[in-house]
Amino acid sequence: MASKILQKPEAFYKRYERNPSSDKKSPHYCPGCGHGNVHKFIAEALDDYNVADQTILISPVGCSVFAYYYFDTGNIQAAHGRAPAVATGIKRAHPHSIVISYQGDGDLAAIGTAEILHAANRGENITVFFVNNAIYGMTGGQMAPTTLVDQYSTTTPRGRNPHNEGYPIKVAELISQLEAPVYVERVSLHDTKNRNKARRAVRKALKNQIDNLGFSLVEILSPCTSGWKMDAVPSMKWIEENMVPQFPLGVFKDITDEVEPYERPEMDLSAQDIKKALGLEVVESESFEKPDFPNKYKNPEIKVAGFGGQGVLLLGAAMAQAGMLEDYHVSWLPSYGPEMRGGTANCHVNIRDIEVGSPMVTNPTVLIALNRPSLEKFENDVPEGGLIIYDTSLIDIEVKRTDVEVMPLPATKMADELGNTRTANMITLAAYAAYTGIFSKETLYETLNTAIKHKKFIDINKKAIDLGYEFGLKSKLS
Amino acid sequence: MSKILLKGNDAIVRGAVLAGCRLYFGYPITPASEIAEAAAKYIPQVGGTFLQAESEVAAINMVYGAASGGVRVMTASSSPGISLKQEGVSYAAGAELPCVIVDIMRGGPGLGNIAPEQSDYNQIVKGGGHGNYKCPVLAPNGGQEMSDLTQFAFELAEKYRTPVYILADGYTGQMMEPVEFGEPVSELPHHDWALYGDQESKFNLISSIYLDPEELEAHNQMLQDKYKLIEENELRVEEFMLEDAEYVVMGYGIISRILKTVVEKLRKEGVKIGLLRPITLFPFPNDKIARLSERIKGMLVVEMSNGQMVQDVRLAALGRCPVEFYGRMGGVVPSMQELLDQTKQFISKEN
Ligand SMILES: Cc1ncc(C[n+]2csc(CCOP(=O)(O)OP(=O)(O)O)c2C)c(N)n1
Ligand code: SF4
Repeated sequence: MASKILQKPEAFYKRYERNPSSDKKSPHYCPGCGHGNVHKFIAEALDDYNVADQTILISPVGCSVFAYYYFDTGNIQAAHGRAPAVATGIKRAHPHSIVISYQGDGDLAAIGTAEILHAANRGENITVFFVNNAIYGMTGGQMAPTTLVDQYSTTTPRGRNPHNEGYPIKVAELISQLEAPVYVERVSLHDTKNRNKARRAVRKALKNQIDNLGFSLVEILSPCTSGWKMDAVPSMKWIEENMVPQFPLGVFKDITDEVEPYERPEMDLSAQDIKKALGLEVVESESFEKPDFPNKYKNPEIKVAGFGGQGVLLLGAAMAQAGMLEDYHVSWLPSYGPEMRGGTANCHVNIRDIEVGSPMVTNPTVLIALNRPSLEKFENDVPEGGLIIYDTSLIDIEVKRTDVEVMPLPATKMADELGNTRTANMITLAAYAAYTGIFSKETLYETLNTAIKHKKFIDINKKAIDLGYEFGLKSKLS
Repeated sequence: MSKILLKGNDAIVRGAVLAGCRLYFGYPITPASEIAEAAAKYIPQVGGTFLQAESEVAAINMVYGAASGGVRVMTASSSPGISLKQEGVSYAAGAELPCVIVDIMRGGPGLGNIAPEQSDYNQIVKGGGHGNYKCPVLAPNGGQEMSDLTQFAFELAEKYRTPVYILADGYTGQMMEPVEFGEPVSELPHHDWALYGDQESKFNLISSIYLDPEELEAHNQMLQDKYKLIEENELRVEEFMLEDAEYVVMGYGIISRILKTVVEKLRKEGVKIGLLRPITLFPFPNDKIARLSERIKGMLVVEMSNGQMVQDVRLAALGRCPVEFYGRMGGVVPSMQELLDQTKQFISKEN
């Protein structure tokens, strides 16, 4: 034991080369500071469990910002308060690593409150060492969230006043209220007995992580000789007399006997598996031949408009899908943002021989109106010679324009007769395709495979396509 | 034919997974939530981690942690969320951590609205957080690029050890277009600077601290040299009918699509006009603009903002040709007709 106390743990660097000071042997902490003790407990535990090589220590912002000077482990320096989030990131990237979030009270209990609470609540399999010295050491003795009532600090020059600054935050108590953490203990450095307890707590918190048990936090009451403007001995006494009554010591939560170890599953996937998971298996469906059809219907700029819930977006997407199957350049843009108000929905579809420029359609050469407000709103946007298709079963007015082609289509009625109102949009798609000649029936059938999510509805939609197609052909002739 | 029709937001995620990204950390916000939702769907299926963080601040710091581990990691958000991420991006730039950040811009300032704006140009292209840093910025204008540029972003991020932004707008995210996907990357590079939780890598330190001013100056200088290298090697633009152009319109993202149609229409009327579209916003096509400015009659820059990119265009043109600006704000997307009229007005003015 004696030799151990004298010897520097292996998990510390032999010389602190990263410290810019000429003294590469001594730590940068003030004499009597508690950080050195806590570092030593951690390093000893890393030695005992032989895990220093796989350990990654997160240095916070605070006096321990330079913890990476000392630990012969992987080291990350994090932004103020964010160490638990950084720890989460690296632990998820390399679940086998042992990740330590080392934090002061400003770091953990003020600016980083959200990060610690949620890392704890997720039960991240990390270990948090929380050094509570009731003051901001690094910045020169300002108030911490853990500063005691009436305690002097440079920003509470008359002592902490609960009416102004509230009360000290009890982190161990808070964290232990959450379901996920497996071990929460508060220890103190003020005498040998308590330092031994602290050493044991540090070991246990690390062991929990090694055993994949989950989140552990050890709060350590620790002296800040400079911040408190006290020598080492009275500062120990001050902890005992002032901090311990406010921050009772002990185990606040320990469910390590009850929880099952959890290891994140690993997957080894082939390129094919990955593509399958992404829905990208190559289905080499041949592209469908483009039927010949009148120039006036080529490169349509389409607007489909109706009530939300009428399948407006789906109809537009099916048109784009059909166009893609026939190797056209296509785009589909849903109504979005301010356009979306009032329960109406519309979408813009381009089907082009060459690349689509603007995906937005303001003057549709094809307007498909599925309700009256849509027809009224967009009728006059259609350029001369354009095409208006409207659902006569739902729209009780007629198209006023005389300089455009019109196909009145009782789509909803036809769909109802077929036995499913929802097929109205496929009827409309097919009627449009047959009327203009833009898509073959085969293309439309193929389109159903992506447009219709539930396979059991494919058959009825095929019938809808037949019906619509027939209607479109007839309209063309009349 | 192996194209599939899908939304830009979805294309980003599937592209990222093909690029080997197995970690996603994000916080929901319209219009970027679909990216998180797609990530939540796909990434666990390929053995990765999707995590909904408690805030954008936490999300970017999780990215920082994962990137320290040398793996491919991303996050996505929209303007107000990006403002929150800026702290973490500055740290990642300082610590030279590769990662990909997507910004699907929306209307601001403040909560603004969820309609598409391009008012994040300054906060994204000029660094955004504290310190002398910039990040490469890729600005896709359609589905295929949403996927391709995301995959490229991971390569760029690792090549230069830097965060890389994908800057897009709500329209490009919502729009469905056919997208073709390639093969997943088979092997990811091992980085000698990263932490793998093993003996070999444990000496590595991920940090943005350089206490000594001269050391920090040297670090900053190294970063500037790196940005110069990026400027020299990574510029991407789309040039459309510029060869004989007397007038040039310029815009990025969705605006460039509308402008392309404007150019097509005006060319049919015999106007010698072309489109210059930056695909990278940093690096920016300064030299191209400078050369153009020597021979053209004028340039019209269109943005859905109060005029942010146009400042860079004016700096590059240095008064050698008139640089006019037309902008819409608040989420109003100009129509093709509107931009056609504006372009005609601009031409008659410059004549
Ligand atoms: C974003 C940000 N805000 C403020 C600071 C300044 N700062 C550095 S350390 C510190 C307080 C650290 O106190 P604590 O966590 O208690 O650690 P101690 O120094 O007492 O060990 C503050 C406020 C900072 N570095 N970053
Ligand atoms: S200021 Fe306080 S916490 Fe910081 S090193 Fe000195 S004693 Fe330790």
